[in-house]
Amino acid sequence: MKPVAAIVFKDIVIEMRSKESLSSTTMFGVLVLVIFNFAFEPSSLERALIAPGTLWVAISFAAILGLNRSLAMETDNDCLQGLLLAPLSRGDIYLGKVASNFTFMIIAELVILPVFVIFNNLKFNVQFLEIAAIAALATLAIASVGTILSTISANTRMKEVMLPVLQIPLTVPVVIAAVDATGRVLTGETAEISSWLYLLAGFSIVYLTVSYLVFEFAVEE
Amino acid sequence: MRSKVLAVLSLATMIPTLYMIFFYAPTEVTMGNIQRIFYFHVPLATGGYVSAFLLFVGSLMFLLKHDLKWDRFGACAAELGVVFVSAQIVTGMIWAKPVWGIWWTFDARLTLQLVLDLIFIAYFMLRAYLPDREKRAKLSSVFGLLGMVDVPFNYFAIYMFPTQHPQPVLGPAGGGVDPEMGTTLTISFIAFGFLYAYLLDRRLAIAKVEEEIDYLKQVVFAHE
Repeated sequence: MKPVAAIVFKDIVIEMRSKESLSSTTMFGVLVLVIFNFAFEPSSLERALIAPGTLWVAISFAAILGLNRSLAMETDNDCLQGLLLAPLSRGDIYLGKVASNFTFMIIAELVILPVFVIFNNLKFNVQFLEIAAIAALATLAIASVGTILSTISANTRMKEVMLPVLQIPLTVPVVIAAVDATGRVLTGETAEISSWLYLLAGFSIVYLTVSYLVFEFAVEE
Repeated sequence: MRSKVLAVLSLATMIPTLYMIFFYAPTEVTMGNIQRIFYFHVPLATGGYVSAFLLFVGSLMFLLKHDLKWDRFGACAAELGVVFVSAQIVTGMIWAKPVWGIWWTFDARLTLQLVLDLIFIAYFMLRAYLPDREKRAKLSSVFGLLGMVDVPFNYFAIYMFPTQHPQPVLGPAGGGVDPEMGTTLTISFIAFGFLYAYLLDRRLAIAKVEEEIDYLKQVVFAHE
Protein backbone atom coordinates (compact mmCIF):
# COMPACT_ATOMS: atom_id res chain seq x y z
CA MET A 1 0.00 0.00 0.00
CA LYS A 2 2.92 2.31 0.79
CA PRO A 3 4.26 2.68 -2.79
CA VAL A 4 0.74 3.38 -4.05
CA ALA A 5 0.30 6.15 -1.48
CA ALA A 6 3.73 7.55 -2.37
CA ILE A 7 2.85 7.82 -6.06
CA VAL A 8 -0.49 9.46 -5.30
CA PHE A 9 1.27 11.90 -2.95
CA LYS A 10 3.89 12.71 -5.61
CA ASP A 11 1.18 13.41 -8.21
CA ILE A 12 -0.81 15.58 -5.82
CA VAL A 13 2.28 17.66 -4.96
CA ILE A 14 3.06 18.12 -8.67
CA GLU A 15 -0.53 19.11 -9.36
CA MET A 16 -0.63 21.61 -6.49
CA ARG A 17 2.50 23.27 -7.87
CA SER A 18 1.64 23.24 -11.56
CA LYS A 19 -2.20 23.43 -11.37
CA GLU A 20 -2.29 22.30 -15.00
CA SER A 21 -4.20 19.10 -15.31
CA LEU A 22 -7.10 19.44 -12.91
CA SER A 23 -8.24 22.88 -14.00
CA SER A 24 -8.23 21.97 -17.69
CA THR A 25 -10.09 18.65 -17.26
CA THR A 26 -12.73 20.19 -14.99
CA MET A 27 -13.23 23.13 -17.33
CA PHE A 28 -13.46 20.80 -20.31
CA GLY A 29 -16.08 18.61 -18.58
CA VAL A 30 -18.23 21.62 -17.72
CA LEU A 31 -17.90 22.96 -21.28
CA VAL A 32 -19.13 19.65 -22.72
CA LEU A 33 -22.22 19.90 -20.48
CA VAL A 34 -22.81 23.47 -21.69
CA ILE A 35 -22.47 22.50 -25.35
CA PHE A 36 -24.92 19.65 -24.93
CA ASN A 37 -27.49 22.00 -23.45
CA PHE A 38 -27.25 24.05 -26.64
CA ALA A 39 -27.37 20.97 -28.83
CA PHE A 40 -30.55 19.49 -27.36
CA GLU A 41 -32.48 22.12 -25.42
CA PRO A 42 -34.33 19.33 -23.66
CA SER A 43 -37.78 19.99 -22.34
CA SER A 44 -38.34 18.68 -18.84
CA LEU A 45 -39.97 15.51 -20.23
CA GLU A 46 -36.99 14.49 -22.33
CA ARG A 47 -34.51 15.52 -19.70
CA ALA A 48 -34.31 12.17 -17.95
CA LEU A 49 -33.60 10.52 -21.32
CA ILE A 50 -30.86 12.86 -22.51
CA ALA A 51 -29.22 14.11 -19.29
CA PRO A 52 -27.39 10.87 -18.33
CA GLY A 53 -25.82 10.69 -21.79
CA THR A 54 -24.51 14.25 -21.60
CA LEU A 55 -23.05 13.62 -18.15
CA TRP A 56 -21.17 10.51 -19.23
CA VAL A 57 -19.88 11.99 -22.46
CA ALA A 58 -18.57 14.91 -20.38
CA ILE A 59 -16.94 12.66 -17.79
CA SER A 60 -15.41 10.15 -20.18
CA PHE A 61 -13.99 12.87 -22.47
CA ALA A 62 -12.62 14.82 -19.52
CA ALA A 63 -11.06 11.57 -18.26
CA ILE A 64 -9.23 11.07 -21.57
CA LEU A 65 -7.84 14.59 -21.31
CA GLY A 66 -6.67 13.99 -17.74
CA LEU A 67 -5.16 10.59 -18.50
CA ASN A 68 -3.18 12.01 -21.41
CA ARG A 69 -1.84 14.76 -19.17
CA SER A 70 -1.03 12.32 -16.37
CA LEU A 71 1.18 10.17 -18.58
CA ALA A 72 2.68 13.11 -20.48
CA MET A 73 3.85 14.36 -17.08
CA GLU A 74 5.77 11.10 -16.61
CA THR A 75 7.25 10.88 -20.11
CA ASP A 76 8.37 14.55 -20.26
CA ASN A 77 11.87 14.77 -18.73
CA ASP A 78 11.95 10.92 -18.55
CA CYS A 79 10.29 10.88 -15.13
CA LEU A 80 8.95 7.42 -15.94
CA GLN A 81 12.53 6.12 -16.04
CA GLY A 82 13.00 7.34 -12.48
CA LEU A 83 9.79 5.69 -11.43
CA LEU A 84 10.89 2.42 -13.03
CA LEU A 85 14.26 2.61 -11.30
CA ALA A 86 12.59 2.94 -7.91
CA PRO A 87 12.48 -0.34 -5.95
CA LEU A 88 8.81 -1.01 -6.76
CA SER A 89 7.15 -3.77 -8.69
CA ARG A 90 5.70 -2.68 -12.04
CA GLY A 91 2.27 -3.64 -10.80
CA ASP A 92 2.57 -1.28 -7.84
CA ILE A 93 3.45 1.57 -10.18
CA TYR A 94 0.31 0.75 -12.15
CA LEU A 95 -1.87 0.71 -9.02
CA GLY A 96 -0.31 3.97 -7.88
CA LYS A 97 -1.08 5.67 -11.18
CA VAL A 98 -4.65 4.25 -11.14
CA ALA A 99 -5.12 5.64 -7.63
CA SER A 100 -3.83 9.06 -8.60
CA ASN A 101 -5.84 9.18 -11.84
CA PHE A 102 -8.93 8.07 -9.90
CA THR A 103 -8.35 10.78 -7.27
CA PHE A 104 -8.01 13.54 -9.88
CA MET A 105 -11.04 12.36 -11.83
CA ILE A 106 -13.11 12.31 -8.63
CA ILE A 107 -12.00 15.86 -7.79
CA ALA A 108 -13.02 17.00 -11.29
CA GLU A 109 -16.38 15.26 -10.85
CA LEU A 110 -16.92 17.11 -7.57
CA VAL A 111 -17.36 20.15 -9.82
CA ILE A 112 -18.93 18.50 -12.88
CA LEU A 113 -21.68 16.66 -10.96
CA PRO A 114 -23.09 19.70 -9.09
CA VAL A 115 -22.99 21.70 -12.35
CA PHE A 116 -24.90 18.84 -14.01
CA VAL A 117 -27.48 18.90 -11.20
CA ILE A 118 -27.95 22.67 -11.50
CA PHE A 119 -28.15 22.70 -15.31
CA ASN A 120 -30.82 20.00 -15.23
CA ASN A 121 -32.80 21.44 -12.31
CA LEU A 122 -32.32 18.32 -10.23
CA LYS A 123 -32.17 18.33 -6.45
CA PHE A 124 -29.27 17.71 -4.09
CA ASN A 125 -30.96 14.80 -2.32
CA VAL A 126 -30.63 11.02 -2.16
CA GLN A 127 -30.81 10.89 -5.95
CA PHE A 128 -27.66 12.99 -6.13
CA LEU A 129 -25.85 10.65 -3.74
CA GLU A 130 -26.91 7.66 -5.84
CA ILE A 131 -25.57 9.29 -8.99
CA ALA A 132 -22.35 10.12 -7.14
CA ALA A 133 -21.98 6.47 -6.10
CA ILE A 134 -22.48 5.30 -9.71
CA ALA A 135 -19.95 7.92 -10.80
CA ALA A 136 -17.37 6.66 -8.30
CA LEU A 137 -17.71 3.06 -9.52
CA ALA A 138 -17.65 4.03 -13.20
CA THR A 139 -14.68 6.33 -12.62
CA LEU A 140 -12.72 3.45 -11.10
CA ALA A 141 -13.56 1.36 -14.17
CA ILE A 142 -12.43 4.15 -16.53
CA ALA A 143 -9.24 4.79 -14.49
CA SER A 144 -8.33 1.07 -14.39
CA VAL A 145 -8.40 0.60 -18.16
CA GLY A 146 -7.40 4.19 -19.01
CA THR A 147 -4.15 4.12 -17.04
CA ILE A 148 -2.67 1.20 -18.96
CA LEU A 149 -4.02 2.44 -22.30
CA SER A 150 -2.47 5.87 -21.76
CA THR A 151 0.85 4.13 -21.03
CA ILE A 152 0.54 2.25 -24.31
CA SER A 153 -0.41 5.35 -26.29
CA ALA A 154 2.48 7.35 -24.76
CA ASN A 155 4.82 4.97 -26.63
CA THR A 156 3.34 5.71 -30.06
CA ARG A 157 4.20 8.45 -32.49
CA MET A 158 0.75 10.06 -32.18
CA LYS A 159 0.55 10.12 -28.37
CA GLU A 160 -2.49 12.30 -27.64
CA VAL A 161 -4.48 11.18 -30.65
CA MET A 162 -4.04 7.49 -29.94
CA LEU A 163 -5.60 7.34 -26.47
CA PRO A 164 -9.23 8.09 -27.45
CA VAL A 165 -8.96 5.63 -30.35
CA LEU A 166 -7.93 2.89 -27.91
CA GLN A 167 -10.03 3.89 -24.96
CA ILE A 168 -13.47 4.74 -26.33
CA PRO A 169 -14.21 1.27 -27.78
CA LEU A 170 -13.01 -0.46 -24.60
CA THR A 171 -15.08 1.72 -22.28
CA VAL A 172 -18.33 1.16 -24.19
CA PRO A 173 -19.67 -1.30 -21.56
CA VAL A 174 -18.79 1.17 -18.77
CA VAL A 175 -20.55 4.04 -20.51
CA ILE A 176 -23.61 1.90 -21.30
CA ALA A 177 -23.83 0.76 -17.67
CA ALA A 178 -23.28 4.24 -16.23
CA VAL A 179 -25.73 5.97 -18.59
CA ASP A 180 -28.47 3.44 -18.01
CA ALA A 181 -27.94 3.34 -14.23
CA THR A 182 -28.00 7.16 -14.03
CA GLY A 183 -31.13 7.22 -16.18
CA ARG A 184 -32.83 4.74 -13.87
CA VAL A 185 -31.98 6.88 -10.85
CA LEU A 186 -33.48 9.95 -12.57
CA THR A 187 -36.68 8.16 -13.59
CA GLY A 188 -36.98 6.33 -10.27
CA GLU A 189 -36.98 2.82 -11.82
CA THR A 190 -34.17 1.53 -9.62
CA ALA A 191 -35.18 -2.15 -9.75
CA GLU A 192 -32.53 -3.46 -12.15
CA ILE A 193 -29.81 -1.03 -11.17
CA SER A 194 -27.80 -3.57 -9.17
CA SER A 195 -26.82 -5.61 -12.24
CA TRP A 196 -25.26 -2.45 -13.74
CA LEU A 197 -23.34 -1.87 -10.53
CA TYR A 198 -22.12 -5.48 -10.61
CA LEU A 199 -21.01 -4.95 -14.20
CA LEU A 200 -19.05 -1.81 -13.26
CA ALA A 201 -17.46 -3.50 -10.24
CA GLY A 202 -16.64 -6.65 -12.23
CA PHE A 203 -15.14 -4.59 -15.05
CA SER A 204 -12.90 -2.73 -12.58
CA ILE A 205 -11.76 -5.91 -10.83
CA VAL A 206 -10.96 -7.75 -14.07
CA TYR A 207 -9.11 -4.81 -15.63
CA LEU A 208 -7.20 -4.01 -12.44
CA THR A 209 -6.04 -7.64 -12.25
CA VAL A 210 -5.16 -8.08 -15.92
CA SER A 211 -3.43 -4.69 -16.15
CA TYR A 212 -1.54 -5.32 -12.89
CA LEU A 213 -0.13 -8.46 -14.48
CA VAL A 214 0.71 -7.07 -17.93
CA PHE A 215 1.76 -3.52 -17.00
CA GLU A 216 5.44 -4.50 -17.07
CA PHE A 217 5.16 -5.19 -20.81
CA ALA A 218 3.64 -1.76 -21.40
CA VAL A 219 6.49 0.15 -19.71
CA GLU A 220 9.47 -2.08 -20.56
CA GLU A 221 12.01 -0.58 -22.96
CA MET B 1 0.88 -28.47 -49.43
CA ARG B 2 -1.39 -27.72 -46.47
CA SER B 3 -2.57 -24.49 -48.06
CA LYS B 4 -3.36 -26.28 -51.34
CA VAL B 5 -5.43 -28.88 -49.50
CA LEU B 6 -7.31 -26.14 -47.65
CA ALA B 7 -7.87 -24.24 -50.91
CA VAL B 8 -9.30 -27.32 -52.64
CA LEU B 9 -11.45 -28.15 -49.62
CA SER B 10 -12.91 -24.65 -49.33
CA LEU B 11 -13.64 -24.51 -53.07
CA ALA B 12 -15.14 -28.00 -53.00
CA THR B 13 -17.45 -27.13 -50.12
CA MET B 14 -18.29 -23.58 -51.19
CA ILE B 15 -19.78 -24.61 -54.55
CA PRO B 16 -22.38 -27.01 -53.08
CA THR B 17 -23.02 -24.48 -50.31
CA LEU B 18 -23.92 -21.80 -52.84
CA TYR B 19 -26.15 -24.28 -54.67
CA MET B 20 -27.90 -25.26 -51.45
CA ILE B 21 -28.35 -21.65 -50.29
CA PHE B 22 -29.97 -20.53 -53.54
CA PHE B 23 -31.81 -23.66 -54.74
CA TYR B 24 -32.09 -26.33 -52.03
CA ALA B 25 -33.09 -24.32 -48.93
CA PRO B 26 -36.83 -23.51 -48.87
CA THR B 27 -37.95 -19.88 -49.18
CA GLU B 28 -38.85 -18.35 -45.84
CA VAL B 29 -42.60 -17.57 -45.60
CA THR B 30 -42.66 -13.97 -44.34
CA MET B 31 -39.29 -12.57 -45.42
CA GLY B 32 -38.96 -14.30 -48.79
CA ASN B 33 -35.67 -14.75 -50.61
CA ILE B 34 -33.79 -12.12 -48.58
CA GLN B 35 -33.73 -14.60 -45.69
CA ARG B 36 -31.13 -16.62 -47.64
CA ILE B 37 -28.51 -14.08 -46.54
CA PHE B 38 -28.83 -15.74 -43.10
CA TYR B 39 -26.65 -18.64 -44.38
CA PHE B 40 -23.81 -16.17 -44.97
CA HIS B 41 -24.48 -13.90 -42.03
CA VAL B 42 -24.30 -16.50 -39.24
CA PRO B 43 -21.03 -18.22 -40.32
CA LEU B 44 -19.43 -14.77 -40.83
CA ALA B 45 -20.43 -13.79 -37.29
CA THR B 46 -18.92 -17.00 -35.96
CA GLY B 47 -15.71 -16.24 -37.88
CA GLY B 48 -15.59 -12.86 -36.12
CA TYR B 49 -15.77 -14.50 -32.70
CA VAL B 50 -13.20 -17.14 -33.66
CA SER B 51 -10.89 -14.24 -34.63
CA ALA B 52 -11.46 -12.54 -31.29
CA PHE B 53 -10.56 -15.76 -29.50
CA LEU B 54 -7.46 -16.31 -31.67
CA LEU B 55 -6.30 -12.73 -31.10
CA PHE B 56 -6.66 -13.35 -27.36
CA VAL B 57 -4.62 -16.56 -27.63
CA GLY B 58 -1.97 -14.91 -29.83
CA SER B 59 -1.57 -11.92 -27.49
CA LEU B 60 -1.40 -14.07 -24.37
CA MET B 61 1.09 -16.52 -25.90
CA PHE B 62 3.31 -13.68 -27.10
CA LEU B 63 3.43 -12.15 -23.63
CA LEU B 64 4.29 -15.54 -22.14
CA LYS B 65 6.78 -16.81 -24.76
CA HIS B 66 8.14 -13.62 -26.42
CA ASP B 67 8.09 -15.37 -29.78
CA LEU B 68 7.19 -13.07 -32.69
CA LYS B 69 5.41 -16.02 -34.28
CA TRP B 70 2.53 -15.48 -31.82
CA ASP B 71 2.37 -11.77 -32.54
CA ARG B 72 2.01 -12.53 -36.25
CA PHE B 73 -0.66 -15.09 -35.40
CA GLY B 74 -2.65 -12.54 -33.37
CA ALA B 75 -2.34 -9.83 -36.01
CA CYS B 76 -3.42 -12.17 -38.84
CA ALA B 77 -6.40 -13.38 -36.80
CA ALA B 78 -7.37 -9.77 -36.09
CA GLU B 79 -7.19 -8.95 -39.80
CA LEU B 80 -9.56 -11.79 -40.56
CA GLY B 81 -11.69 -10.49 -37.70
CA VAL B 82 -12.05 -7.11 -39.40
CA VAL B 83 -12.94 -8.81 -42.71
CA PHE B 84 -15.47 -11.24 -41.21
CA VAL B 85 -17.16 -8.82 -38.80
CA SER B 86 -17.36 -6.09 -41.45
CA ALA B 87 -18.81 -8.55 -43.95
CA GLN B 88 -21.25 -9.71 -41.31
CA ILE B 89 -22.37 -6.13 -40.60
CA VAL B 90 -22.78 -5.44 -44.33
CA THR B 91 -24.82 -8.61 -44.95
CA GLY B 92 -26.92 -7.70 -41.91
CA MET B 93 -27.58 -4.24 -43.34
CA ILE B 94 -28.57 -5.66 -46.72
CA TRP B 95 -31.04 -7.90 -44.89
CA ALA B 96 -32.30 -5.14 -42.59
CA LYS B 97 -33.20 -2.66 -45.35
CA PRO B 98 -36.11 -4.68 -46.82
CA VAL B 99 -37.11 -6.43 -43.56
CA TRP B 100 -36.82 -3.59 -41.01
CA GLY B 101 -36.99 -0.75 -43.55
CA ILE B 102 -33.71 0.75 -42.28
CA TRP B 103 -30.01 0.12 -42.91
CA TRP B 104 -28.88 0.69 -39.36
CA THR B 105 -30.17 1.17 -35.85
CA PHE B 106 -28.27 1.40 -32.59
CA ASP B 107 -29.72 -1.89 -31.54
CA ALA B 108 -27.96 -4.03 -28.95
CA ARG B 109 -26.55 -6.78 -31.16
CA LEU B 110 -25.62 -4.40 -33.97
CA THR B 111 -23.76 -2.15 -31.56
CA LEU B 112 -21.97 -5.15 -30.07
CA GLN B 113 -20.59 -6.20 -33.47
CA LEU B 114 -19.71 -2.63 -34.40
CA VAL B 115 -17.74 -2.19 -31.18
CA LEU B 116 -15.91 -5.49 -31.78
CA ASP B 117 -15.02 -4.25 -35.27
CA LEU B 118 -13.81 -0.93 -33.82
CA ILE B 119 -11.59 -2.71 -31.28
CA PHE B 120 -9.99 -4.73 -34.10
CA ILE B 121 -9.46 -1.53 -36.10
CA ALA B 122 -8.00 0.29 -33.05
CA TYR B 123 -5.57 -2.65 -32.71
CA PHE B 124 -4.34 -2.02 -36.25
CA MET B 125 -4.11 1.75 -35.77
CA LEU B 126 -1.94 1.09 -32.72
CA ARG B 127 0.32 -1.23 -34.72
CA ALA B 128 0.64 1.32 -37.50
CA TYR B 129 1.93 3.96 -35.07
CA LEU B 130 4.57 1.69 -33.50
CA PRO B 131 7.53 1.56 -35.91
CA ASP B 132 9.80 -0.63 -33.76
CA ARG B 133 9.05 -4.33 -34.36
CA GLU B 134 9.62 -5.56 -30.78
CA LYS B 135 7.71 -2.69 -29.26
CA ARG B 136 4.86 -3.12 -31.72
CA ALA B 137 4.54 -6.78 -30.82
CA LYS B 138 4.65 -6.14 -27.09
CA LEU B 139 2.28 -3.18 -26.86
CA SER B 140 -0.20 -4.46 -29.39
CA SER B 141 -0.30 -7.79 -27.54
CA VAL B 142 -1.13 -5.95 -24.33
CA PHE B 143 -3.87 -4.06 -26.15
CA GLY B 144 -5.11 -7.22 -27.89
CA LEU B 145 -5.42 -8.91 -24.52
CA LEU B 146 -7.23 -5.94 -22.93
CA GLY B 147 -9.48 -5.59 -25.98
CA MET B 148 -10.55 -9.21 -26.05
CA VAL B 149 -11.17 -9.22 -22.28
CA ASP B 150 -13.65 -6.45 -23.09
CA VAL B 151 -15.76 -8.63 -25.40
CA PRO B 152 -17.64 -10.58 -22.67
CA PHE B 153 -18.37 -7.31 -20.79
CA ASN B 154 -19.73 -5.80 -23.94
CA TYR B 155 -21.85 -8.86 -24.49
CA PHE B 156 -23.25 -8.64 -20.98
CA ALA B 157 -23.88 -4.87 -21.14
CA ILE B 158 -25.66 -5.19 -24.44
CA TYR B 159 -27.57 -8.29 -23.39
CA MET B 160 -29.45 -6.18 -20.86
CA PHE B 161 -30.60 -3.78 -23.56
CA PRO B 162 -33.80 -4.42 -25.52
CA THR B 163 -33.14 -5.76 -29.03
CA GLN B 164 -35.10 -6.07 -32.25
CA HIS B 165 -32.54 -8.42 -33.74
CA PRO B 166 -34.04 -11.89 -34.31
CA GLN B 167 -33.19 -14.15 -31.38
CA PRO B 168 -30.96 -17.15 -32.17
CA VAL B 169 -33.09 -19.89 -33.69
CA LEU B 170 -30.61 -22.62 -32.86
CA GLY B 171 -29.62 -23.81 -29.43
CA PRO B 172 -31.70 -24.56 -26.34
CA ALA B 173 -33.79 -21.35 -26.33
CA GLY B 174 -34.41 -21.22 -30.09
CA GLY B 175 -37.51 -22.51 -31.87
CA GLY B 176 -35.43 -24.58 -34.30
CA VAL B 177 -35.48 -24.37 -38.09
CA ASP B 178 -36.77 -26.41 -40.99
CA PRO B 179 -34.48 -29.48 -41.41
CA GLU B 180 -33.53 -28.42 -44.96
CA MET B 181 -32.57 -24.97 -43.67
CA GLY B 182 -30.60 -26.62 -40.87
CA THR B 183 -28.66 -28.80 -43.33
CA THR B 184 -27.88 -25.78 -45.51
CA LEU B 185 -26.61 -23.84 -42.51
CA THR B 186 -24.44 -26.76 -41.37
CA ILE B 187 -22.87 -27.14 -44.82
CA SER B 188 -22.36 -23.38 -44.93
CA PHE B 189 -20.58 -23.50 -41.58
CA ILE B 190 -18.23 -26.20 -42.88
CA ALA B 191 -17.49 -24.23 -46.07
CA PHE B 192 -16.80 -21.02 -44.16
CA GLY B 193 -14.68 -22.95 -41.67
CA PHE B 194 -12.41 -24.20 -44.46
CA LEU B 195 -12.36 -20.74 -46.03
CA TYR B 196 -11.31 -19.22 -42.70
CA ALA B 197 -8.56 -21.81 -42.18
CA TYR B 198 -7.30 -21.26 -45.74
CA LEU B 199 -7.22 -17.46 -45.41
CA LEU B 200 -5.48 -17.62 -42.03
CA ASP B 201 -2.89 -20.06 -43.35
CA ARG B 202 -2.14 -17.87 -46.39
CA ARG B 203 -2.03 -14.69 -44.35
CA LEU B 204 0.40 -16.23 -41.86
CA ALA B 205 2.71 -17.29 -44.70
CA ILE B 206 2.60 -13.75 -46.14
CA ALA B 207 3.27 -12.21 -42.72
CA LYS B 208 6.35 -14.37 -42.34
CA VAL B 209 7.68 -13.29 -45.74
CA GLU B 210 6.98 -9.64 -44.86
CA GLU B 211 9.03 -10.04 -41.74
CA GLU B 212 11.93 -11.59 -43.64
CA ILE B 213 11.86 -8.71 -46.14
CA ASP B 214 11.96 -6.20 -43.30
CA TYR B 215 14.93 -8.00 -41.81
CA LEU B 216 16.77 -8.12 -45.15
CA LYS B 217 16.11 -4.41 -45.70
CA GLN B 218 17.70 -3.65 -42.37
CA VAL B 219 20.73 -5.75 -43.26
CA VAL B 220 21.10 -3.98 -46.61
CA PHE B 221 20.79 -0.53 -45.02
CA ALA B 222 23.35 -1.49 -42.41
CA HIS B 223 25.85 -2.35 -45.16
CA GLU B 224 25.37 0.86 -47.12
